[in-house]
Amino acid sequence: MNAFSKALARNRLALVGGSVVVVLAVLAILAPVLAPWDPNRPDVRKILDPPSTRHWLGTDQLGRDVLSRMLYGARVSLAVGFVSVGIAALIGVMLGSVAGYAGGSVDATVMRLVDLMLVFPRLFLLLAVLAFLRPSIWTIMVVIGLTGWMGVARLVRAEFLSLKEREFVLWSQSVGATGFRVVWRHILPNAMAPVLVAMTLGIPAAILTESGLSFLGLGVRPPTPTWGNILNEGKDAIEIGWWLSVYPGVAILITVLSYNLFGEGIRDALDPRLRQAVGRVLARSR
Amino acid sequence: MLAFTLRRLLLAIPLLIGITFVSFLVIHLAPGEPVGMNPDDGVGQIDKQTWELLRKEYGLDQPIAVQYWRWLTRVVRLDFGRSFTPDSRPVLHKIGERLPVTLLLNIVEMIIIIGLAVPIGVLSATRQYSAFDKITTVFVFLGFATPDFWLALLLMILFGTQLGWLPISGLRSMNAEYLSFWKQQWDFVSHLILPVTVATFGGLAGFSRYMRQSMLEVVRQDYIQSARAKGLAERVVIGKHALRNAMLPIVTILALSVPGLIGASVIVESIFAIPGMGQLMWQAVFERDYPVIMGNLVIVSTLTLVANLLADLSYALVDPRIRIAGRRGRR
Repeated sequence: MNAFSKALARNRLALVGGSVVVVLAVLAILAPVLAPWDPNRPDVRKILDPPSTRHWLGTDQLGRDVLSRMLYGARVSLAVGFVSVGIAALIGVMLGSVAGYAGGSVDATVMRLVDLMLVFPRLFLLLAVLAFLRPSIWTIMVVIGLTGWMGVARLVRAEFLSLKEREFVLWSQSVGATGFRVVWRHILPNAMAPVLVAMTLGIPAAILTESGLSFLGLGVRPPTPTWGNILNEGKDAIEIGWWLSVYPGVAILITVLSYNLFGEGIRDALDPRLRQAVGRVLARSR
Repeated sequence: MLAFTLRRLLLAIPLLIGITFVSFLVIHLAPGEPVGMNPDDGVGQIDKQTWELLRKEYGLDQPIAVQYWRWLTRVVRLDFGRSFTPDSRPVLHKIGERLPVTLLLNIVEMIIIIGLAVPIGVLSATRQYSAFDKITTVFVFLGFATPDFWLALLLMILFGTQLGWLPISGLRSMNAEYLSFWKQQWDFVSHLILPVTVATFGGLAGFSRYMRQSMLEVVRQDYIQSARAKGLAERVVIGKHALRNAMLPIVTILALSVPGLIGASVIVESIFAIPGMGQLMWQAVFERDYPVIMGNLVIVSTLTLVANLLADLSYALVDPRIRIAGRRGRR
């Protein structure tokens, strides 16, 4: 662990990324305190006001303060990122450990399921599901989670395949530990490192997906402010109100960039050998 | 090679069935219904009689298993039913006229991505930590982090409205038929520039990264050392011995990124109003046009399956180890 923090401390970009991640989380949590205006209160007297000292990032078509909406939007984006990746990791870890530990036909079935899910272009699948659901922040989180567990499942399975042959596992099996205990107490803790890295790198991917869906008008329903929603509403006023289309995009970019830098930093610090394994997973989740 | 091909084809069959099953399930497990909510719930806009009539007409009153079987037997004959939209055209026709557009876009994107990512990756690997390498690394991280829809928006403002250099929607200008032949070609190409740029941006970043990494690993190998030791020119060592081996993993990653590329066409096509499958899907979702949604999902994922299959086969073709390992693995 000491080597880990040393390696992480040496990686300046990862530290910058990590700090931004923390700052963003604080901003999102403190949004009700920090937001200078009510994010949902329209004001007809200041429609599409450019950025000023009263409204740092301007106002939108309904005269709502963009900075306040973006602060509240950060809550939605980060919440969607965390919860959906949590759901994906939960499913992935469960299926991956079952497949890796049981082996045989169970393993084959789970891996065919993974193959099957990977054949669907994710956005098409998401759109198909969302067409028949009433989009709320919860449905978005669940659907993004349900369509994003395959990478984790593969990683966990691979870890299990090599770990279950190791002496400490064989020993605990030989003294009569139940399968559940072996998995839960001995194998899983040792298989978590790549999962954590994949989760850190999965959060920005989920944030991108959510904002993309919201931008297409199929994500979180307005008037709930999300970065994608602000962009979606702003694109109609793009000729007059550039600030509506620029700031939320910059926010997404900075968020995703910092999570990626941070995640890559953790990965490299944990184990350089993970580079390849997790890199491949990233390619799949895009 | 023949045995390998056959095995791969056989493995694709359960996946195909799985595709139809998931496509069907996804839409039928969702609480909303294509003909609108049950008026008994008090949310429907139609009266009870019409609602039941519509359900009967589309077979929605049957048990799920029966519906799936009926649908599947039609799907294997490529009959996806008719669209729910007022034009009620067969789904297959609707998809058929849009498929070439999406295919063309994706193939052009692939070619550009590979054509640029390979030299970029090789250059930054052979000159690791040079200025070029550092600039590409920055570009890679930006490419990963830039939302494609936002990039599209910015490019539309810049080149479309501010500078007025490029068209920002559709595939042809309104007056295209009055232009001369070459002008027509340019008209078409100019409509493609912005969407293709947006769609390739993220993929290019990823691929140049993988290419660089793959190249870095290969140049450390012993056979590169010996190629240098026997006095081959650096150009030959890199261009022939290293590049060929570094390209191998790229083939796999290329196949794996096909779903992502096709998925991105939803965003690109809906923003730039390009009449492809992505735009069709997007419109169908708003219209709750569920024969189109299911048909689209089946066709798009089958396309991915085919692309993966082709990649597998070409991989096995260039790397004999795959064929042999596959045979041993299944014994």
